[in-house]
Amino acid sequence: MRVSKSTVEKMAHLARLEVENMEKMQEDMSRILDFMDKLNELDTDQVAPLIYLNDEVNVTRPDETGEELSREDALKNAPDTDGTFFKVAKVIDL
Amino acid sequence: MKTKNRDSTIREVRSSLSEGSLTLPGLVDYYLSRIRENAHLNAFIEVFSEEALAAANVIQEKIEQGTAGKLAGLVIGIKDNICYRDHRVAASSRMLDGFVSVYSSTVVERLLQEDAIIIGRLNCDEFAMGASNETSFYGPVLNAADTTRVPGGSSGGSAVAVQAGLCHAALGTDTGGSVRQPAAFCGIVGLKPTYGRVSRKGVIAYASSFDQVGPLTRSVEDAALILEVIAGPDPGDSTSSPREVPAYSQSLQQEGTRRIAYLKEALDSPGLDSGVRQCMEQQIARLRSEGHTVEGCDFPYLDYVVPTYYILSMAEASSNLARYDGVHYGYRSPLADSLESTYKKSRTEGFGEEVKRRIMLGTFVLSAGYYEAYYSKAQKVRRLIRDALSGLLANYDFILLPTTPTPAFRFGEKIDDPVVMYLGDIFTVQASLAGLPAISIPAGNHPDGLPVGMQLIGRKFGEADLLSFAHRIF
Repeated sequence: MRVSKSTVEKMAHLARLEVENMEKMQEDMSRILDFMDKLNELDTDQVAPLIYLNDEVNVTRPDETGEELSREDALKNAPDTDGTFFKVAKVIDL
Repeated sequence: MKTKNRDSTIREVRSSLSEGSLTLPGLVDYYLSRIRENAHLNAFIEVFSEEALAAANVIQEKIEQGTAGKLAGLVIGIKDNICYRDHRVAASSRMLDGFVSVYSSTVVERLLQEDAIIIGRLNCDEFAMGASNETSFYGPVLNAADTTRVPGGSSGGSAVAVQAGLCHAALGTDTGGSVRQPAAFCGIVGLKPTYGRVSRKGVIAYASSFDQVGPLTRSVEDAALILEVIAGPDPGDSTSSPREVPAYSQSLQQEGTRRIAYLKEALDSPGLDSGVRQCMEQQIARLRSEGHTVEGCDFPYLDYVVPTYYILSMAEASSNLARYDGVHYGYRSPLADSLESTYKKSRTEGFGEEVKRRIMLGTFVLSAGYYEAYYSKAQKVRRLIRDALSGLLANYDFILLPTTPTPAFRFGEKIDDPVVMYLGDIFTVQASLAGLPAISIPAGNHPDGLPVGMQLIGRKFGEADLLSFAHRIF
């Protein structure tokens, strides 16, 4: 299938990316999806999707606060903070 | 003494240390000088020199006092997607360049607890997405067997560090073959454990239903000992199995003949290099001459494993990598002037081409209108593949496959065509899709001199059996 420019734009927005080379992205995505279309040769009507690889059904723990990052550690790698919170560009104009 | 160390096992190094014919600070010095001499291979992104030497002095004393842990004497490197508190980790991406871990992965904690020395972090493909180490933000790693060729990926730095004797062993991560394939390209041992055997806590996520940490080593014995230490349940990873961890390194002696299946479609595959086929045929003949049963079996899904793997892994990647938002940690574009442009510009500039391609396709296969046709379809085919492999393993002890269809290829040979690059994973992704343990061991040399790897897939949580058989034949 040929992936259209508008589909690439829609996916890019969903993924919060900008597309730098539209033609190449269209070409690569089309080619890879053609390759993936191979699966249509298999009849899977009676097959249930395999979702979990583990045998365990549920793993629970007591609802207690455990190891937590300190505020200092949590902010340590942030691009911008005011020392207490993460800082981002202004969202609402007052 | 020095050259001999390269081929010693952890057990042998430990006994040299106990006897006093070797000292741990001396051993660390030796590896540090090897790393300096081989800087052109680009295996290490960062070397923890002073810290490793300081640890060597402490552990040397523990050895003398008889209080040292199981891994005292092991000098190990870790792939750049495994967190180590207060150390940088970047998944070889601009996105995380400069990031400092605020906690350690469980595997690192377990290594340190048993007195292993972590000597540095190892180059890899960006976010572990690649098969040649060419997608790393820090540049490619060179294969020490032939520096015009790729080391494989994504754990390319881990494989070359062990191959070139820059450290004793390394940890890598394997999502669709990222430990086994570079091990094969570099002539060493690489193990992918059963899904759930090793905790993923503190390992930078790529595709969470596949990712497993595994050792790259020179011997199966070392792989067994390292697995024994890093495996086991962890409250920090709900997918880690509660099953008890056997003492793999203590159960390597095995006798009796085994039943092995090889996949006919794999050995007859037109994409299989004739030199690799020849190595496999020799190995099969040798196993038969040693009394084992080796039979060709049908596996009708060979052409479907790679597309299934890529649909699922890209979907999981697009979801996992949504966390890189330019706000909490990681790269922020200087051009960001609104919240949306903070996300979009930071992600566009921070991620490399292959990572963005996978996020885009992953978003596509999960999006309304395509979810059923791609993602859900692939989950169904995943079941077919897993059931077919389980069926074979009900009748046979192991499944034998070449690890890769060709030996290490040249730089630039495949990087421009993603589908060609992805097809190189045709023999490694089935174990990943089925969550089964698999090991790559050296299987001789290709006629042109490059290493060739043979892969054995074992039963779920059958690492003890898999490792002891691999130990016996390698």
